[in-house]
Amino acid sequence: MNNFSYTQAASTKEATAAKAADKQAAFIGGGTTLIDLMKSDIEEHSLLIDINRLSMLGIENPATGLRIGALERMSDVGEHPLVVQNYPVISQSLLASASPQLRNMASMGGNLLQRTRCGYFRDTAFPCNKRVPGSGCPAQTGDNRTLAILGGSTSCIATHASDLAVALVALEAKLTLESPKGTTRTVPLADFYKLPGSTPNIENHLAPGELITAITVPAAAHARKSHYLKVRDRASYAYALVSAAVGLDVQGGTIRSARVALGGVGTVPWRVPAVEKYLVGKPATEDNFRAAAALAVRDAKPYEHNKFKLELAQRTIVRALLEVA
Amino acid sequence: MEPQFFDQPGGFVGQPIVRVEGREKVTGKAKYSAEFPLPGLTYGVLTTSTIAKGKIMSIETAAAAREPGVIAVLTHQNLPKLVKTPNTPEGKKDTGSQMGFMPLTSDEIFYAAQPVALVVADTLDHAIHAAKLVKVTYQKQEPIASFHDPKAELFDPQKIQDGKADAHTKRGDAKGAFASSAIQLTATYNHPVYNHNPMEPGSTTAVWDAPDRLTVYESTQGVTRTQSTLSAMLGLPREQVRVITKYLGGGFGCKGSMWPHTILTVQAAKAVGRPVKLMLTRPQMFTSMGHREDQAQTVQLGATAEGKITSIVHTKTSTTSPWDNYAESNSKILDMLYATPNFEASYELARANVMTSTFMRAPGEAPGSFAIECSMDDLAYKVGVDPIEIRLRNHADHDYSTGHPWSSKSLKQCYARGAELFGWSKRNPTPGATRDGRFLVGMGMASASYPVHNSQGTARARLYADGHAVVQSGATDLGTGTYTVMTQVAADALGLPLEKVRFELGDTQLPTAPNSGGSVAAGTVSSSVYLAAQDVWQKLIKMAVVDKKSPLYKAKPEDVATEKGRLFLKKDPKKGEAFGDLMKRADMTDIEGMAQGKYGAGYEAASAAANADPAHKDEAAQHAMHSFGAHFCEVRVDMDLGTIRVSKWVSVMGAGRILNAQTARSQIIGGAIFGIGSALMEETVRDQNFSRYTNADLASYHVPVNADIPNITVEFVEEHDPFINAMGVKGIGEISMVGVAAAVGNAVFHATGKRLRDLPLTPDKVLMSGMNS
Ligand SMILES: Cc1cc2nc3c(=O)[nH]c(=O)nc-3n(C[C@H](O)[C@H](O)[C@H](O)COP(=O)(O)OP(=O)(O)OC[C@H]3O[C@@H](n4cnc5c(N)ncnc54)[C@H](O)[C@@H]3O)c2cc1C
Ligand code: SF4
Repeated sequence: MNNFSYTQAASTKEATAAKAADKQAAFIGGGTTLIDLMKSDIEEHSLLIDINRLSMLGIENPATGLRIGALERMSDVGEHPLVVQNYPVISQSLLASASPQLRNMASMGGNLLQRTRCGYFRDTAFPCNKRVPGSGCPAQTGDNRTLAILGGSTSCIATHASDLAVALVALEAKLTLESPKGTTRTVPLADFYKLPGSTPNIENHLAPGELITAITVPAAAHARKSHYLKVRDRASYAYALVSAAVGLDVQGGTIRSARVALGGVGTVPWRVPAVEKYLVGKPATEDNFRAAAALAVRDAKPYEHNKFKLELAQRTIVRALLEVA
Repeated sequence: MEPQFFDQPGGFVGQPIVRVEGREKVTGKAKYSAEFPLPGLTYGVLTTSTIAKGKIMSIETAAAAREPGVIAVLTHQNLPKLVKTPNTPEGKKDTGSQMGFMPLTSDEIFYAAQPVALVVADTLDHAIHAAKLVKVTYQKQEPIASFHDPKAELFDPQKIQDGKADAHTKRGDAKGAFASSAIQLTATYNHPVYNHNPMEPGSTTAVWDAPDRLTVYESTQGVTRTQSTLSAMLGLPREQVRVITKYLGGGFGCKGSMWPHTILTVQAAKAVGRPVKLMLTRPQMFTSMGHREDQAQTVQLGATAEGKITSIVHTKTSTTSPWDNYAESNSKILDMLYATPNFEASYELARANVMTSTFMRAPGEAPGSFAIECSMDDLAYKVGVDPIEIRLRNHADHDYSTGHPWSSKSLKQCYARGAELFGWSKRNPTPGATRDGRFLVGMGMASASYPVHNSQGTARARLYADGHAVVQSGATDLGTGTYTVMTQVAADALGLPLEKVRFELGDTQLPTAPNSGGSVAAGTVSSSVYLAAQDVWQKLIKMAVVDKKSPLYKAKPEDVATEKGRLFLKKDPKKGEAFGDLMKRADMTDIEGMAQGKYGAGYEAASAAANADPAHKDEAAQHAMHSFGAHFCEVRVDMDLGTIRVSKWVSVMGAGRILNAQTARSQIIGGAIFGIGSALMEETVRDQNFSRYTNADLASYHVPVNADIPNITVEFVEEHDPFINAMGVKGIGEISMVGVAAAVGNAVFHATGKRLRDLPLTPDKVLMSGMNS
């Protein structure tokens, strides 16, 4: 770990300006993953800009949808009655993440920018294209049990680790970003993340100095009937082997709209429009869920130790859909 | 005769006494080894190798040395030389080191994360930063990662465990008997690397009190063993090396021997002329204090059509380091657990670029029991009888591995009581036939056994005339309750209230005690403490019978008994006096007793004197001494998603005298959790190309969390064993996890009809097993 400076930003303007002025600077929210990355020498930052005093707070649910400030803590959002009632998949994805202590500290914005748990990425003694571009990807022929079967490249097959992001991508959430110039823009979360391609070190489309200030989620019937199912190596406090975020709007036995996204299988949170499309207009039956789920892994490329994910992904989708059917 | 105070009303032994050190611990006053604030303390941090095999071409230390606060950057080029290293077979023997190699003695790299430099600085932060600035260039060679590696060469080690155990065992004609058996079962079991991961990482604080006098605050399971290794390596008399461990945050075997970081810290302190503290990081814990080796074992079980075992043939293949022939001896439990007339076992090893593996909770018995107890389950289904019945049919009425009778054995009672507590009779015998909603429900059981190992230790008791006492033994409390149980034994043996007794441990200046390992501490130390108290009483009785003012004047010493601090005539208990009166008359403030507690010196012989008479010891040695027990497990398996949850657990143990019902229960619960972890989730993954671990942290090396563990029911069968030691205590630290993984595996088979033999049983394996049908 290197020496670094620390500053507390009093306004979003101050924060983004400080970040724009120093390429090696980082915002610090809860710090639950940033500090780990710095201690393990995976990331080096000259300056930490503490954003915790900024007023990026609030959990509101007007008719148009949910708005969550980027600094809201995972536990507060996960337990908020508005979220529990109207967006259960978001609440469940949060409460199935990490541990209570971490959730009390961790922010929503920080969660979406957490980095992969690929073991090669997390140990600087290994080569890793994501950490050191061009050094190689030992995971392709190594320990890839937990890694991606979708969206990978010969450069990188690391999964995106956030549970929250899977739920948000399913519900077509958008990020509000503020630039150093003071302008804001909104980006669908699904477009925010970048596939690894030949540059796995670039993980998203955040512009230099940009700050996530809020997350918005459109109101929808399928959001109220939604569910997050996470399959993991132990009952709690583990990342997903496979997870599914689903939402269904079923009227008179027929599916009017469906949302399905997968975690633990993609290099980014993996929405599966083909599955959704297949479901719409069909009766909400297990057979239909099964047929739809098969479409989720059509383009998958499994590796030596993660072949099980082909099957597990489908079954996780089916089981999650049954929960909300 | 059993120690007289046992089962007396008002006695402390056996009672669920809360930990005497509990308040110190929860208020943070208890000082663990890294918590001694010493004047002038400096901090050591290791730089470790990024490759697993090769040579150091150059080490750039200048940048690190220039950093503020850095006092020294030590490498193989400038670390003070040791008088003796374990790098040769004689050196290894003399030092008692687990690993036959000492880093920083040459430019060679044998394993990933091998220490290559040690930076000492005025603060931990400075040291961490500087350690990163040490730049090493290597000449890389292709490593061998394990016995699975196609490049690995398998060999017959002849002996395993540093020559302590044979790599071949043979009784009768096992292969012939197997070939002609009505039932022949062959199965292979695979085990990953496991790491102990105690909560407290290894740490050393070394202080040179004089150029030839050393004090080390160490996290070790045995101050004596650390002292002897250090004194051999440094060429110092033992009494000039003091090792202190007042509290330990768990060990599970990885703190049972001294590892390189300890001596490196000592040498660093020598080099800088100031005390140095080094604490391993969590990732370093995976590559600094050993591990349970990756292994495969094959069991051939021959039986008659009725399920009576005719033969067992066992082979084990495992990975070892470039220097040592270490393999835990799995075969011992297969040799003795059942009435097996023909037995054969052999080991083969492959050298790989890994550090030396070491004993980990129930070394040998843990994986060995998985193999035999799953195979016994197979046999039960094959014959079509209940898993308990198949075990009863093969019950060993004596120890077939030695031919000796048991000193005591309550296995049948454990089966019966366990079955009752668990509700075993409700079990549908057909596998895959019990459902609860989406879950397949399964019930499995397994036997447990662990030997009482040979061991001795000493204790001193000082009784004060005013009615309090200090009792000492250089033992270790791993966090399991040694302070508490020894206080209980001392209080009962001296006839004092608990709060009047202080028990001290964890210091080589105290009477020598064995390592807390192999489940020997409770039995050996409690026996020494009890006998030291007896020594006090014998001295007092001798004083009384020559003291004219004593009511016991002129009595024969053997006619005098003691109870609750009073000396009296056996025939006329009213005639006697309190020890305080006797001592005050003699102007004595205190009196000391000292004794050695020994394995095999059972209480039959111990009542009269501190030492067992040799004849009795021989008789004891003619007995096989083991704890036995049974575990019962219920699982719920979600076959679609591959997840297994343990939903019910019962362990019943027969383990001799139980010293404290509460701490003993905690030990059994801890062992069950440890075993459930090994069965379902624990695994250190070694990359096969780099021979380096990919999950060396507690986020990805999964140990059970609360949500993985149901309520655990524990019971002990009352057992009186006159042969083991003066207290009749067998020890429970390891038997608690023997058979646990098998009980889980057997429950999974009963639930699903799928026999899974590759640990851990993670969702991928469960799911794939369902697809292969
Ligand atoms: C042991 C462990 C287990 C875990 N298990 C899970 C799990 O099961 N599921 C899961 O989803 N997560 C899990 N996590 C990850 C956890 O959810 C994240 O650590 C947490 O959400 C990060 O939030 P933070 O506020 O602490 O982020 P920080 O550590 O403060 O920051 C993370 C990153 O985001 C950037 N950042 C933070 N806020 C903003 C902002 N507003 N705008 C722009 N950039 C920003 C920082 O610069 C940094 O790069 C686990 C973490 C640990 C340590
Ligand atoms: S999968 Fe990605 S993160 Fe993992 S080693 Fe390969 S490049 Fe690095």
